[in-house]
Amino acid sequence: MILPLIIFSLCALLAVGGAVALILSREPIHSALALILVMVSLAVLYLLLGAPFVAAVQIIVYAGAIMVLFVFVIMLLNMEAEERTDFSKIAKFVGVPLGLVLIVWAAYWLAHSPAASAMGTGAAMEPSSTRELSKQLFRQYLFPFEATSILILIALLGALVMARKEE
Amino acid sequence: MGFITQHPVLVASVIKIAVLLFIVMTALAYLTWAERKIIAHIQSRWGPYFVGAHGLLQPLADGLKFLFKEDITPPVTDRLVYTLAPFLALSLALTAIALIPFGPPSVLIPVVGQQAWSITDINIGLLLVFAITAIGVYGVALAGWSSNSKYPLMGGLRSSAQMISYEVSLTMSVVGVVLLAGTLNFNEIIKGQSGYWFHFIPRWHVIPQVIGFLCYFTAAIAETNRVPFDLPEAETELVAGFHTEYSSFKFAMFFMAEYANMITVSCLATILFFGGWLSPFPDSWKWQIFLPGAGLVLLGIYCAYDTLTEMRGIARLQLAVVTLLALGGGLLCLYPPVAQVIQGPFWFTTKILVILFFYIWMRGTLPRFRYDQLMSFGWKLLLPVSLANLVVTAFVMIWPWLRHG
Amino acid sequence: MSVIPVSWYLVLSAILFGLGVVAFVFKRNVITIFMSIELMLNAVNLAFVAFARAHNQLDGLVFVFFVIVVAAAEAAVGLAIVIMLAQHRQSLSVERENLLKF
Repeated sequence: MILPLIIFSLCALLAVGGAVALILSREPIHSALALILVMVSLAVLYLLLGAPFVAAVQIIVYAGAIMVLFVFVIMLLNMEAEERTDFSKIAKFVGVPLGLVLIVWAAYWLAHSPAASAMGTGAAMEPSSTRELSKQLFRQYLFPFEATSILILIALLGALVMARKEE
Repeated sequence: MGFITQHPVLVASVIKIAVLLFIVMTALAYLTWAERKIIAHIQSRWGPYFVGAHGLLQPLADGLKFLFKEDITPPVTDRLVYTLAPFLALSLALTAIALIPFGPPSVLIPVVGQQAWSITDINIGLLLVFAITAIGVYGVALAGWSSNSKYPLMGGLRSSAQMISYEVSLTMSVVGVVLLAGTLNFNEIIKGQSGYWFHFIPRWHVIPQVIGFLCYFTAAIAETNRVPFDLPEAETELVAGFHTEYSSFKFAMFFMAEYANMITVSCLATILFFGGWLSPFPDSWKWQIFLPGAGLVLLGIYCAYDTLTEMRGIARLQLAVVTLLALGGGLLCLYPPVAQVIQGPFWFTTKILVILFFYIWMRGTLPRFRYDQLMSFGWKLLLPVSLANLVVTAFVMIWPWLRHG
Repeated sequence: MSVIPVSWYLVLSAILFGLGVVAFVFKRNVITIFMSIELMLNAVNLAFVAFARAHNQLDGLVFVFFVIVVAAAEAAVGLAIVIMLAQHRQSLSVERENLLKF
């Protein structure tokens, strides 16, 4: 009974810590590593929420492919590695508190919304099966599925054309 | 003590993890010994022979050397990433082994009632192993980048590009097996391979999925950066690739991570294609449960012969100890209850050893690919073949429904 | 057997989203800004999965799948644009992209 609580607290701390490290890092490669940490801790949270397939897809696609792309681009474009954060006075004294206000406001209203309190602790925690998910994906959501495959094709072609050298 | 009785599953899992970690580290060490011996014999020489009888203490000597060597850190600009990379590589490589079942789930630890032969049994085990392999790319890329030097950077970028290219083919070649088995759970995939055609050919997935197996094996060799795909880390090409600037313990961590990846990929091949912990002989052949014991006793007899005739000095003493251990273990495994329990892991280990032998054999005999040949092979040949295998498998599986309308 | 209330996941999602917005507004390196967009998308994914668990339906998980795919496509094209920008202007700071400034 206490084990889910420990895992949730640990992953939540890691996720928020990673996000704060993303903001406070001076080197983009450290921000990328912090973001990978956030993604992996979110994957563990998905496992805790009973969605193992989504957790695996998150790690394979997000942390294992998209972030690799980011890391490669950071390595290849290694200019201006040192990012000096000299904010203007307005940004420091008004902007950051306003950002914190946004965070606290969103969190408070999400926690106290009628929908959240009506749901309570959620239904029984049996994990969703891959078979059920794929049935939904290929029957009800078939058109968006095919549309996203065309989207990926377009993105592939776009990236290829743009990254090619001028001949 | 109350904690132990209230959380038996947790405590049992922790003990299993500790035991598995110990066994895997020993296996890694002796895999390096086996590699040196086998490649040596392919090249008509002996390999390690003098450090302990037949070189059996060579891994211990190597380990001590790595511990006591001077840790030279080049003037890197990014200490955090430089230190993080080998830890990341090794921990990810070892984590993947936690998901693998070494024996049937019917064998339970007596007091706790938990599966004895696997640490976890997740419904999407296969996907999680691929997820862990996918993050393993970072160890290589970050090591190359943070070394602040030309050769490691080139080696790291090439190596990680190779790993992510062959990861796609690796995953595609396995989907055919998933279609045949209908599940992503390792134990269910293995159970689906039980039974025999014509009463003596086992229903392993390698027979309907030969092309899938060949694609998987090729992609796995490229994924673990072994010959013939090891240009990014070959000694004659890029000094030592991404781990040039690492010395002593950090280099040992990369070294161990590479062998742990090899073991993981071999375990996957065994589970997916060769029936995991199932035996190749039909169940009606009852004598097969005495095979592990008989094998160990034969090994003990050979070692006894060697002790008495060939060895001199302290090697004789060491080999005598090995003989006694082998004979003792063999007699223990001939005792029927123990023989029943040890069947699953015995067949699993045998199959992994055969696949690892193929790995090492290829290292001893094949030349390496050039980098552009390697990349075009992965994208232009291996990926289309894996996809074609997937489409044909899917077609064959739905053909009965298509015919009957 | 106590289970973590769903509202806790929503609060975490809100915090991550807010931190993503702060990073987006205050960072100058264009790649870091891209990464803050990915952080915001991840926070939204967490909210989707939490709601899917709360209502015990799978539609939320299907939507997470699509969000991940769209994020992948966007990252690929966006990073290609970033590479071209960086090669053209020899700098990765957003403040240098001021050709269209009034």
